[in-house]
Amino acid sequence: MGILERFRESKFSKMIKKVFGKSHAKIGIYGPPNVGKTTLANRILRDWTGDIMGSVSEVPHETRRAKWKNNIRINNGGSSLTMDLVDTPGIATKIDFKEFMNMYGMDKDASRMRAKEATEGVIEAIRWLDDIDGVVLVMDATQDPFTQVNVTIIGNLEARNLPILIAANKIDAENASPATLKSAFPQHPVIPISALTGYNTENLYTMMVKEFGKKRHKKRR
Amino acid sequence: MAKKDGGIAFNLISHQKLEHLSSSDKLKYILNEVKEGRILVLEHGLTPTEQAKLIEHTMKEINHDTFIGIEIGGYENEKVGFFQRVFGVAKKPRMTVIGPAHLLKMVHKDNDMIETTIIPGKGAS
Repeated sequence: MGILERFRESKFSKMIKKVFGKSHAKIGIYGPPNVGKTTLANRILRDWTGDIMGSVSEVPHETRRAKWKNNIRINNGGSSLTMDLVDTPGIATKIDFKEFMNMYGMDKDASRMRAKEATEGVIEAIRWLDDIDGVVLVMDATQDPFTQVNVTIIGNLEARNLPILIAANKIDAENASPATLKSAFPQHPVIPISALTGYNTENLYTMMVKEFGKKRHKKRR
Repeated sequence: MAKKDGGIAFNLISHQKLEHLSSSDKLKYILNEVKEGRILVLEHGLTPTEQAKLIEHTMKEINHDTFIGIEIGGYENEKVGFFQRVFGVAKKPRMTVIGPAHLLKMVHKDNDMIETTIIPGKGAS
């Protein structure tokens, strides 16, 4: 073990981190359905652990229970962040089982079951807000960013004084407009990425270490 | 699901009507009205915590044959200046429109305008 590594693992280093910042944080991946949350979770895990979080699908509400992996270490130059990563179900204000039937050809029973599980998933995702230290809010860079779900998530995190990174996903799509997201939420860092191709995820990791490693006083609701 | 004769009820709610209610009673009132098929425009909307609670309650109330959820559009809390904070002036939630998702559709929203449409054919009794 080199001198630098020995210093990083030392009690002195841990004491410095305790005083000046967090070395271990619980990070939630949030957003509306079908914006690429699980694709991003899989990308992060593949890049840093070789594992994956869960299956992805073009049908909304594929992730209907929160999933998490502990102790993922992200390195960025001389800094690092160890985090527990929580992939949450997509938050929505409405769930219509007929959409699964009409748009994705699912049968009635499967659609109703998916819709029921999706409602439970939304509740679970909202409840996780009480238990996290920071959020990567995934938005679809091809869609209108001013959805109520985005506004509600941001409002809740701001009220708790928790850090937010906005991942403007699907930047590889032709009609993507990360500039629209940046102008919509100028108070938070917006990082254009493609979770699918991995484009610019290094920049996201740099920002995660920087933003989620800061010491903050979390407000309890 | 209750519908008014030949049309859709569209209620503008002053902040005085809701300000004396607890958060829980406010959400109960809103959700009951919306489930009855009414579209509400709140002069002062909901705090972020109340919005999250409303989504949570809505999910519990979804009945796939009669109520598929809500459509909601509002603005972030108005910003409060330094001196207002010093004198304890709280951030106020701003105007918000809420309706049943089978009747109300959000078309576009930006910093200055919320554009909605009523889904045709759903209002007639």
